[in-house]
Amino acid sequence: MAAVKAVNHSGEISIKNVTKIYDPEGVHVVAMKDCSFDIAAGEFAVIVGPSGCGKTTLLNAIAGFDTITSGEIYLDGELISSRDTQIRPSVERMVVFQNGALFPWKTVMENIIYGPIVQKRMKRHEAIEAAREMLMRVGLNGIEDRYPEELSSGVQRRVEILRALINQPKVVMLDEPFRGLDAVAKTVMHEFLMDIFCTSPRTMFFITHDLDEAIFLGSKVIVMTTRPAQVKKIVHINLPWPREHHMIGSKAYLELKGEVLEAVHEEARKAFEAGEREMA
Amino acid sequence: MEMIWRSGIKRKVSKIFSARLLRGLFSIVMFVVLWQVVVAIKVPYLANLPYPRDVAAGAVDATGSSTYWFGWGISLSRIFVGFMAAQLIGIPLGLAMGISRTFKDFTFPVFEMLRPVPPIAWIPLAILFWPTRELSIYFLVFIGAFFIIVINVIQGVSNISVSLKWAASSLGAGQRDIFWRILVPGSLPSIITGMTVGMGVTWNVLIAAEMIAGQGGLGRMTWEAYTNNNIPLIVVGMVSIGVAGYLCSMLVRWLGEKAMPWKRRF
Repeated sequence: MAAVKAVNHSGEISIKNVTKIYDPEGVHVVAMKDCSFDIAAGEFAVIVGPSGCGKTTLLNAIAGFDTITSGEIYLDGELISSRDTQIRPSVERMVVFQNGALFPWKTVMENIIYGPIVQKRMKRHEAIEAAREMLMRVGLNGIEDRYPEELSSGVQRRVEILRALINQPKVVMLDEPFRGLDAVAKTVMHEFLMDIFCTSPRTMFFITHDLDEAIFLGSKVIVMTTRPAQVKKIVHINLPWPREHHMIGSKAYLELKGEVLEAVHEEARKAFEAGEREMA
Repeated sequence: MEMIWRSGIKRKVSKIFSARLLRGLFSIVMFVVLWQVVVAIKVPYLANLPYPRDVAAGAVDATGSSTYWFGWGISLSRIFVGFMAAQLIGIPLGLAMGISRTFKDFTFPVFEMLRPVPPIAWIPLAILFWPTRELSIYFLVFIGAFFIIVINVIQGVSNISVSLKWAASSLGAGQRDIFWRILVPGSLPSIITGMTVGMGVTWNVLIAAEMIAGQGGLGRMTWEAYTNNNIPLIVVGMVSIGVAGYLCSMLVRWLGEKAMPWKRRF
């Protein structure tokens, strides 16, 4: 069995007028207001925006970790989140967390096969076989029996991505997964992710602060406004696939970057000024 | 071949007699010498102190008698019963308080009211409350370990990052899986810490309880040595209690390493 099957065309996300208010009776923080956009099946969507603008809020709502105050979120036409509906987290929508969420008490192998085993979708030896194949394909074989804390954070993150992929999710959501990695490690991670995405394209929901990362990986970059978050601008990245590092610096790339940067900069200024006001 | 073997031995020998070890031995030797001098020159207030050789002779006498080892047995079994009872009741209680907000709201205030009471302060009530002396000692040992393990387990559960629970539920884990596969192993480091600290407190409590209320045991033996004015035996008792406590702590630490292989390999 191939570790990563060709993906059927599903995983279309539709976000309609989503509003999220934290603590409505108390502090009343409007994290998101009337936010709408779509992500087509198999699209690599990258979300950028000022810190604390509600990107993670959106991810949590899609993943099923948190509720929204109003609006609707659909996955392949099925309502998964609204004021009255909150679908449970599921293997269809896998998350790779900001600070890493490998189980420290499980070995790399035990971490990767956890999903298929707990869902009773594979027998143990099948899961081990599939995991071995995946590790081999990305050149991480030999670390099966190590514990996460024995590995570098770059390797940890790759293992976490494999742990998500073995479940064949419709959507993979990554919340600043490469934050804190150095520039060299990051390029390795980008190639890793690019390779995985090109061999079996599936919907990606990728949050980052790093604009180069956003343009290098994304088929579109969604720039969010400061709080309350809305879509500021959507920039389609029509660079050829697979993306390669020499493209960074090409004319087309720089134009796209200029476009994204302008939108981000405006919002960053607003966020900064709002911060100044709060301080005053 | 033999050369290699010899040099291996040599390296091992030189490792055993490392500078640090020699310094350690030196400090022990100096301590005994100082002790000898203090007794020989009759330092005020320390006149009753026996010579090191008297203590050594007392130790030889004691370890040759079956009552001494019987004392070990009694103390260890009291520790075992009280400590195990504290874990068996305390760990599930701590997990329940860590997981359920409602349960914690109901139970924690009373728990926090009783927790600051030093275990030794329970002695009078324990003697009145339980029908036999033995049961009251078990109970006091239990108290010594109970509050510590519960507070550590609560802490352990609340320290588990929410992303681990979310990741598990995304991967398809149900409530039961999350409990057994995430919350229990995730709080294990705190459980082991609670057991280690609790073991230390437990010996404090046991010795006090044995001196006041016990029959048999290392604490009682030491106290009776005092009432019989057998000073070397007092010192032998003190050292024995220290060794026993140390061995128990080692056992807990060893269990902890066995239970958490991911903490050991670095």
